[in-house]
Amino acid sequence: MEEVLSKYKTVKADEVQVWFKAASVLAFPTDGGACVKYKDLQIAVFNFSRLNAWYACQNLSPEKQEMVLSRGMLGDQKGTPKIACPLHKKTFSLVTGENLNGNLDPIAIYPVKIEDNFVYIGFSE
Amino acid sequence: MKKVIVVGNGMVGYKFCEKFVTKEGSEKFQVTVFGEEPRPAYDRVHLSEFFENQDAKALEMAPRSWYEEHNINLITDVRITDIHRSKKTITSANEKEYAYDYLVLATGSSPFVPPIKGVEKEGVFVYRTIEDLEGMLAYAAKLKVKNPNAKAAVLGGGLLGLEAGKAVMDMGLEPHIVEFAPKLMPRQLDSRSSQVLQLKLESIGLNIHLSKATNQILGDDGYITGMEFGEDDKLDVEMLIISAGIRPRDELGKTCDLDMGVRGGIVVNNKMQTSDPYIFAIGEVALYNQMIYGLVAPGYDMAEVAASQIIGNIEVLMPAEIDMSTKLKLIGVDVASFGEPFMPASKGHSIIFENKTQHLYKRINVSLDGKSLLGGILVGDASDYNMLHQVFLNGMPIPEDPAQLILPATEGGAFGSALDLPDEAQICSCENVTKVQICGAIKDGSCEDLAGVISATKASTSCGGCKPMVTDLVTETLKSLGKTVKNVICEHFEYSRQELYGIVKAKKLTSFNEVLDACGTGHGCETCKPLVSSIFASLYNDTPNKEDVTQDTNDKFLANIQRNGTYSVVPRIAGGEVTPENLIVLGRIGKKYNLYTKITGGARIDFFGAELNDLPAIWKELIDAGFESGHAYGKSLRTVKSCVGSTWCRYGLAESISFSIELENRYKGLRSPHKIKGGVSGCIRECAEARGKDFGIIAVEGGWNLYVGGNGGATPRHAQLLAEKIDNETVIKYLDRYLVYYIQTAAPLMRTAAWLDKLEGGIEQLKKVVIEDSLNIVEDLEKEMQFLVDAYECEWKQAIENDEMKKRFSHFVNSDDRDDNLVFVPLRDQKMPKLWEKEVKEVTL
Ligand SMILES: Cc1cc2nc3c(=O)[nH]c(=O)nc-3n(C[C@H](O)[C@H](O)[C@H](O)COP(=O)(O)OP(=O)(O)OC[C@H]3O[C@@H](n4cnc5c(N)ncnc54)[C@H](O)[C@@H]3O)c2cc1C
Ligand code: SF4
Ligand code: FES
Repeated sequence: MEEVLSKYKTVKADEVQVWFKAASVLAFPTDGGACVKYKDLQIAVFNFSRLNAWYACQNLSPEKQEMVLSRGMLGDQKGTPKIACPLHKKTFSLVTGENLNGNLDPIAIYPVKIEDNFVYIGFSE
Repeated sequence: MKKVIVVGNGMVGYKFCEKFVTKEGSEKFQVTVFGEEPRPAYDRVHLSEFFENQDAKALEMAPRSWYEEHNINLITDVRITDIHRSKKTITSANEKEYAYDYLVLATGSSPFVPPIKGVEKEGVFVYRTIEDLEGMLAYAAKLKVKNPNAKAAVLGGGLLGLEAGKAVMDMGLEPHIVEFAPKLMPRQLDSRSSQVLQLKLESIGLNIHLSKATNQILGDDGYITGMEFGEDDKLDVEMLIISAGIRPRDELGKTCDLDMGVRGGIVVNNKMQTSDPYIFAIGEVALYNQMIYGLVAPGYDMAEVAASQIIGNIEVLMPAEIDMSTKLKLIGVDVASFGEPFMPASKGHSIIFENKTQHLYKRINVSLDGKSLLGGILVGDASDYNMLHQVFLNGMPIPEDPAQLILPATEGGAFGSALDLPDEAQICSCENVTKVQICGAIKDGSCEDLAGVISATKASTSCGGCKPMVTDLVTETLKSLGKTVKNVICEHFEYSRQELYGIVKAKKLTSFNEVLDACGTGHGCETCKPLVSSIFASLYNDTPNKEDVTQDTNDKFLANIQRNGTYSVVPRIAGGEVTPENLIVLGRIGKKYNLYTKITGGARIDFFGAELNDLPAIWKELIDAGFESGHAYGKSLRTVKSCVGSTWCRYGLAESISFSIELENRYKGLRSPHKIKGGVSGCIRECAEARGKDFGIIAVEGGWNLYVGGNGGATPRHAQLLAEKIDNETVIKYLDRYLVYYIQTAAPLMRTAAWLDKLEGGIEQLKKVVIEDSLNIVEDLEKEMQFLVDAYECEWKQAIENDEMKKRFSHFVNSDDRDDNLVFVPLRDQKMPKLWEKEVKEVTL
């Protein structure tokens, strides 16, 4: 499991080598999330339409090691967009990955871009 | 830079670091910490929680990154083996040498294992570290596969032993406690309270064996099979946890010739200095006043003293008297003792209140002049512990008739307000926070609320025992400043649930964004989104399909999420009545989708382990066979349980099954602040346990008695009588009114029992509203309920018939693959999710 966890590393915008074409924007619920498979990774992608922004992070909950973050709930804490894990409502910043209501390790964050109504996620390999 | 080395990264070693780095001048020191355990310090006091979730991270005192951020060099998995006092260095097991200017020994203690023949056998454990617990869990799991009724014993009936006994029970083994003394918790309790505790523990299923000296651990092929006490006195057990006391881990002190106690422990003075002024000892390894203190609070005080001394604040000293009051956190049983629990008659008088049938025992010891409280014991109900403890600690005056302090009739009355405590009263002993610090933080404006005070003072962040009092002080202080303590929902809405309900209703708002734009700020969160959804559901009977992204996860997927991210499936079986044909259908579906199957406490059938992708197909088959959603996932009506009543039972006075089916069908799908359960019994023998439900109906001569506000679970409450001898229509009429009134006025996640408690005037007031119509609203209440009943639709039917709605039941958006992270293991003849910690081992092997 530690190995599963170690597969997820934050990718910064300037580190992107591959823009993976995930799915049409319509496949994602408004103000909600869905999970994208890329190689052996599971990435949670969120359409935060109130902010007019898209975010992506690991689907793996660092607390329980289950693939569930895409099924969590979007929200903001003092303006910072966040995702609440559906298992115990641990919340994570979608900008930095930081755990906002506890001491859990941060989650990995990936860049997202929209082109021609398609969602692309940025990976470094 | 001066070097400080801390040996031992346990609770106290960690606390030393935390205190040290916040002190002025600490930047002149380089701190290095050695820990023998593989992970950074964790909360041993709450170790037993590991059994619930196997979540080691959640117990961490601070993550590794915290040590980095504070420039502390943390070296784990390394044991220190020697101290060379003359050259001021230490060596580690891997033969490295490190120099120090100051050395702090925080090596704690280890469980004492008595030299009984056979203790080395497999299946014998101690209870101190996460690794110990992992070992026990793995062993217990193996045992249960071989023998589902396996027994396990705990050697030692003290504070820790009883906690271990509870853990054994939670692991699903038959628990036995074996104690050498003739009573439980011999160090904290007198004989009578010990007996009351024993009765209580036996009533929840612990088997207790007193006055037993274990001669030998019996075994077969190296594995434990039993314990032998005397020639014909044996107990068959397949696992044993030893909890027979602790021994300080003082070996480092011994080998370098520090002054030691005769029975172990490194001797320290009130500066926490050992006989070598450059070496300090703190926590459970330190012998202070000829005592080892096996509790965290004194350990934390020692950490503060040692940190101050090393920095140079030499006036900070350890007090001579150390408070050893304790409140046990044994789940389900309150036990506390404070001050002098036992007292010879020459020193004072004891006042004892005992009620064996309710497993209650309270004793207070009062000085001969009757003016002060010297100590006491509480078993069965320790809700007054915090206040009594404060009265004792601060030598506060007690009532002329001290019995008032413990008599049940004077609840709260004898104490007055928490604000009457002296300013310097220590409210949180773990974090050493006084009343004036808590109230001051509010008064000087630096904190606004409870959360602020907790994060500023750290009060209540360790054992948590002081939380009720901290809460009281904050609320009372706010009130005294004329600030209303407003129950706002979250940062996005400055309203209570009831207020928001009114606004949504008045403005006829129908989507979350509309509500946010109309009366909120920001973009919502996991608190307000589900709350608004629940208001919509209560007002319009909207199913979660309408706006799934604002629903709690269970509502969103119309199924309860389980610990590995799979779901459970629970079709409605109204009144628990099911035809053999339908049972066969359920069996076929369970088999086809390989679901773990169990009968629930609500008399229906629960399937577990369904993958997200399979949910629509499973539900399609159920619905085709005539089933519908059981709403087990919702804050809504669950079941109306019933006995067989006059249909079959020779005592029955009325047809309880038919009525429960009618009621369950009437209120199914009804969304509310929390779940609602009902029950119908055919006579006062009460086989349906209706009075443990939110509404309960019992047949009597001349009609039904209607009870409301009952609860089972963790805070059991008997429902209270609302109306007597009424007919079916009147029951429904009153129930409609009662339920809608509850839905409109309760706080989020508040069950009817708590709501009725909070309702001013209680049940009498409810009778006025519901029966006498004192508020002139019953017509509206009834109309509202009829609207909700008419608006009912099975949400699973909706979901499977609509492709757009069905879309969300797929693990990936760009692939039909399943979640490959899921692993199941066999459990008896079925399956269960694999435990995560075990997976770690397999992967890394
Ligand atoms: C199940 C359980 C429940 C408890 N409940 C309560 C409670 O409700 N209330 C309460 O007040 N107390 C409770 N306690 C007691 C409390 O946990 C201890 O008082 C506290 O942990 C003592 O802290 P410490 O740092 O002195 O020792 P520890 O937490 O034991 O830490 C010592 C650390 O030093 C390490 N170490 C030892 N020797 C070396 C060496 N030579 N080199 C490197 N590292 C070394 C050890 O491996 C250990 O990690 C409980 C204890 C247990 C086990
Ligand atoms: S409650 Fe009365 S009627 Fe119902 S099963 Fe029990 S004894 Fe029979
Ligand atoms: S008394 Fe333990 S946390 Fe306050």
